[in-house]
Amino acid sequence: MNLRVVKALVLKYLYVCSRNSFRALDVFFWPVMDLLIWGFMSIYMMRVQTSVPKMVPMLISAIILWNVLYRAQQVVCVAFLDDVWSRNMLNIWAAPIRPSEYVGAGYVVGFMQAFVVVIVMGLLAGFFYSFNILELGLHLAILFANLIIMGWSLGLTVTGLFLRFGPPAEALAWAVPFIFQPISAVFYPVEILPPWMQTLAQLTPASHVFEGMRELISTGHMNTFHMYAAFGLNLFYMSIAAFLFKSFYEEARKRGFLAKYAA
Amino acid sequence: MSEKETVVEINNLSKEFKGKYAVSDLSFVVKKGEILGLLGANGAGKTTTIHMLLNLITPSSGSIKIFGKDFDQHRIEILGRMNFASAYQFLPYNLKVIENLRVFAEIYSVNNTEQRITELLDLFELSHLKNNSTGMLSSGEQTRLNLCKALLNNPELLLLDEPTASLDPDQADKVRKIILDLQRRSGMSVINTSHNMIDVHELCDRILFMQTGTVIAQGTAAEIMSTYQSQSLEEVFIMIARQKGKSPNTMSSNN
Repeated sequence: MNLRVVKALVLKYLYVCSRNSFRALDVFFWPVMDLLIWGFMSIYMMRVQTSVPKMVPMLISAIILWNVLYRAQQVVCVAFLDDVWSRNMLNIWAAPIRPSEYVGAGYVVGFMQAFVVVIVMGLLAGFFYSFNILELGLHLAILFANLIIMGWSLGLTVTGLFLRFGPPAEALAWAVPFIFQPISAVFYPVEILPPWMQTLAQLTPASHVFEGMRELISTGHMNTFHMYAAFGLNLFYMSIAAFLFKSFYEEARKRGFLAKYAA
Repeated sequence: MSEKETVVEINNLSKEFKGKYAVSDLSFVVKKGEILGLLGANGAGKTTTIHMLLNLITPSSGSIKIFGKDFDQHRIEILGRMNFASAYQFLPYNLKVIENLRVFAEIYSVNNTEQRITELLDLFELSHLKNNSTGMLSSGEQTRLNLCKALLNNPELLLLDEPTASLDPDQADKVRKIILDLQRRSGMSVINTSHNMIDVHELCDRILFMQTGTVIAQGTAAEIMSTYQSQSLEEVFIMIARQKGKSPNTMSSNN
């Protein structure tokens, strides 16, 4: 083994990490997220012990519904990255395609993928755990819609960041939903979080969805406040995401990033 | 001879990146059926110009009119009437050849899609590969596939960025003949950037020599060679690249 070769390759990796703050962030991001999610989950489990009889359906529903948000966000981002990786960017952006049509296509595929994921995971949950996701009734569609919209907003914002920051921002495609996971209170109620995180949770559409879901499973009905709050916040964030994407797109054209990113 | 319709009109176009001009005060027109060659060394501003013509880069100043219309206000209509091929851009590698062409035919709202695709695949000798994965094509085949994509919508204006860069001499010759034939039959206008002087000589009616973002010489190949008292375009190219900023007279007297 030639140690100079190993040294050279280590050096190359360190150069990349030192110049790419997103990559450096990635090193710490996942352990911190694991710590937060499992830490809050443990606190919740200690508090409730056996007093929450429907814990299993809650967790299974949470896992299934979380994937709706994740898929919706990821498809929008990966559709863009696919064009970058296959060096097809210029063919696309030099074609008669409006940015809204490009993003809209990502939304459609995101919706389709999330829909299929719910069906497949629902069937598997029925097979392995005798859990019927359809017990959520028509509310399932409302929960699904709100998570899809939040996923789309995140996807649109992250795609805008790709346009603005180029390849270094690619790690965000996988990381961004998980930034919101702890304050989305997917597996535990919002009240478990520290007060400052509770405030952030109130401003996150997904936390209202998962609070509503838990309420629905434990009581059989859902406080409409959660759904109105989720919907209102989603409308607000979608507008912000559209504004950011448009700004980043124009900035990318102005600074030549669109062409550079494609090269 | 009647005055031909102007397809591209560029006036005082400039693009500045961080205080440095990639393109400076560029003006030219392209007439219907004309093939214009953009020549210049690396960094001369050819690609930036092409990217501004594709609306991928916003100019710092100046105007671009294509088909008599302002690009920013009529982007979709204009892009639908033109097309683009580059030796350095590829179609998605995980799609089959025919799938890629179907996708772009839809994007460009091509009528009789299957017939048009068959015609183009035959023209570029790719019919036998239509069900192959694009990623498995050789670079020459991918270049020809890019040209198929670029001709799907019978463009009135075709932008080519080194169209024969990865083709062998035989295929490059065939591609040049196809482009010339299409241009003569349909009146298509072409803007072609190339480092291949044979391409430029055979294809282009007129040439713009660019250096550091500005046009330093223009005319037919013969006119430019005469101006620089040179026997070939390649010689002119080397002369210009090595003696930046000097006028044609100074350059030729040095040689």
